[in-house]
Amino acid sequence: MCGNRVYLKGNEALAYGALEAGLNAYFAYPITPSSEIPETLAKEFGNKKYPEYKFFLQAASELEAINMVMGAASGGARAMTATSSPGFSLKQEGLSYSACMELPLLVVDICRAGPGLGNLGPEQSDYFQGTKGGGHGDYRLLVLAPATVQEMALFPRIGFDLAFKYRNPVLILGDSYTGQLKEDVEFPEFTPEHYDVSSWATTGAKGRPPHIFNSLELDYQKHFKHIGKIFEKYQRAQENEVRFEEYHTEDAETVIVAFGIASRIAKGVVNKLRPKGVKVGLFRPITLWPFPKSQLKTLASKGKRFLVVELNTGQMVDDVRLAVGDGVTVDFLGKWGGVVPTEAEIESKLKRLEVVAV
Amino acid sequence: MSQLEYKVKFGKLESLTDTPTHYCAGCEHGTLTRIIGAAMDGLGIREKTVAIDSVGCSVLAYNYYNCDHIVAAHGRAPAVAAGLKRVHPELMVFTVQGDGDAASIGLLELLYAAKRATPITIFLVNNAIYGMTGGQMAPTTLEGQVTTTTPFGRNVQLTGTELDASKLVAAIDGAAYVKRASLVVQEISSQRGKVYTIKNLLDAKKSVENAFKVQALGGFAFVELLSTCSINWKMSVLESKRFVNETVVKKYPLGLYKDVFGVEGQ
Repeated sequence: MCGNRVYLKGNEALAYGALEAGLNAYFAYPITPSSEIPETLAKEFGNKKYPEYKFFLQAASELEAINMVMGAASGGARAMTATSSPGFSLKQEGLSYSACMELPLLVVDICRAGPGLGNLGPEQSDYFQGTKGGGHGDYRLLVLAPATVQEMALFPRIGFDLAFKYRNPVLILGDSYTGQLKEDVEFPEFTPEHYDVSSWATTGAKGRPPHIFNSLELDYQKHFKHIGKIFEKYQRAQENEVRFEEYHTEDAETVIVAFGIASRIAKGVVNKLRPKGVKVGLFRPITLWPFPKSQLKTLASKGKRFLVVELNTGQMVDDVRLAVGDGVTVDFLGKWGGVVPTEAEIESKLKRLEVVAV
Repeated sequence: MSQLEYKVKFGKLESLTDTPTHYCAGCEHGTLTRIIGAAMDGLGIREKTVAIDSVGCSVLAYNYYNCDHIVAAHGRAPAVAAGLKRVHPELMVFTVQGDGDAASIGLLELLYAAKRATPITIFLVNNAIYGMTGGQMAPTTLEGQVTTTTPFGRNVQLTGTELDASKLVAAIDGAAYVKRASLVVQEISSQRGKVYTIKNLLDAKKSVENAFKVQALGGFAFVELLSTCSINWKMSVLESKRFVNETVVKKYPLGLYKDVFGVEGQ
């Protein structure tokens, strides 16, 4: 795959991206609109091009799949599972345990409309579940939000890297569009970073003390310290791992904040309005956690106002408001239920806000 | 796949730590810990064994077995075991689960591990009750048995009849070895009055060894071990042992339910 320019669906690109990133084991339960990921990985299992790819299994449930990923990850493997929103709810148990036990694993959520069964259309309504620690207890996932098929292909590389660097579950949060969209994509040459797992992997206690993955700690003081240590790690991630894209923000008076597929629609609006002299720009968080707080704060301090566009009823907008603080105008445009805002709708919102002359 | 051979070892078991067990007086969990430790030593597998600890009275197993551990969520131990075994087929992976863990919340994980002939070893301790949470009804609780959630006795019309895990697992074609043994000593009469025989324990020990041997041969091995829970049964230790030997075994007959590799006769 490396070096070639290919035309792929986002889900297929993600699957190949995971293989290029040195995937060892994949366990999943099928769910629309994410199923091309296990389908592609089933097809490529046994392909000599991917000698590191040791195991593929369709599990009997979402719970079984995430727990298998956890077992493989404890052995130091690069293990992954993918799902879509209803399935992501079921993953929360495993993610909570994994964060506490510091297991490195990669989870993909191709977000569809919810709550409940919802429908198969795109939504970004798993933002809270992804970024706030959707399971029980206090923890975070590192969350990457791809906006293009190219990013779907490349983010598994970053995802596995972060998972092993921080020994924490990493989430790639896409949506029905980024999963189903077909685009040209390239796979630049890549050698996965090597992480020495010998100090923690459960590979048999030969000539060393046992390695134990455990989230149970009955000594409250010890558990207090353990969770504190995990949050120190999260602090480091907040300092070092924030990723974002800025587009015409320098002289912008109004900055649209959007991630994933919503950011592409917003970019279209910026491209349309700029030639008309409207000083509008786009800020796109790429890591939804850690959230680019200080970058937004800096933009706010330059006197800019914000319009947050999301495929939900308003989730990331809370984080934007927290980041920029009081006294800064933050407006919101949301579409949900699988409905996507059009460029015209964003434009008319800007008109209503008197950013664009009527 | 390889053949494991048991060699009798003397002295302190390498596979166990020095930590005293937390189990209640008369509980057979400690007995099983000792038996598994002896099997790991005897079969020479400690250095390549990973224990998947479950939720319930078995959860503190990481304090006792001197090997690598992962503590799984309630019921999920077989899935975690399968995930690890698939990326490290050279390891020996086993779980010790309770009846609530394996036969209730984790039944899917147990049955599918068997269905796929996953080369792992599962020990299910059946004491017919939820021990750790304080004596609630388990799927294995006997009809009429009083627990904190069946205060008037288990009503099988409402809760279904007792779940026979060994029979269920044996019915699955992926399972290679299924055995029900007992960890409970038996009273017998002798010229000097009543004495206790450890016949059951010797059989349990052999079953545990066989279950590891079957995994080494590439098969799924399952051993259900009858046990008491005198505290939650509100019985004395002796009464609870009698209850298993006289009543529980009638519902859950001991014996070999499946032995595809024929390890039992060897």
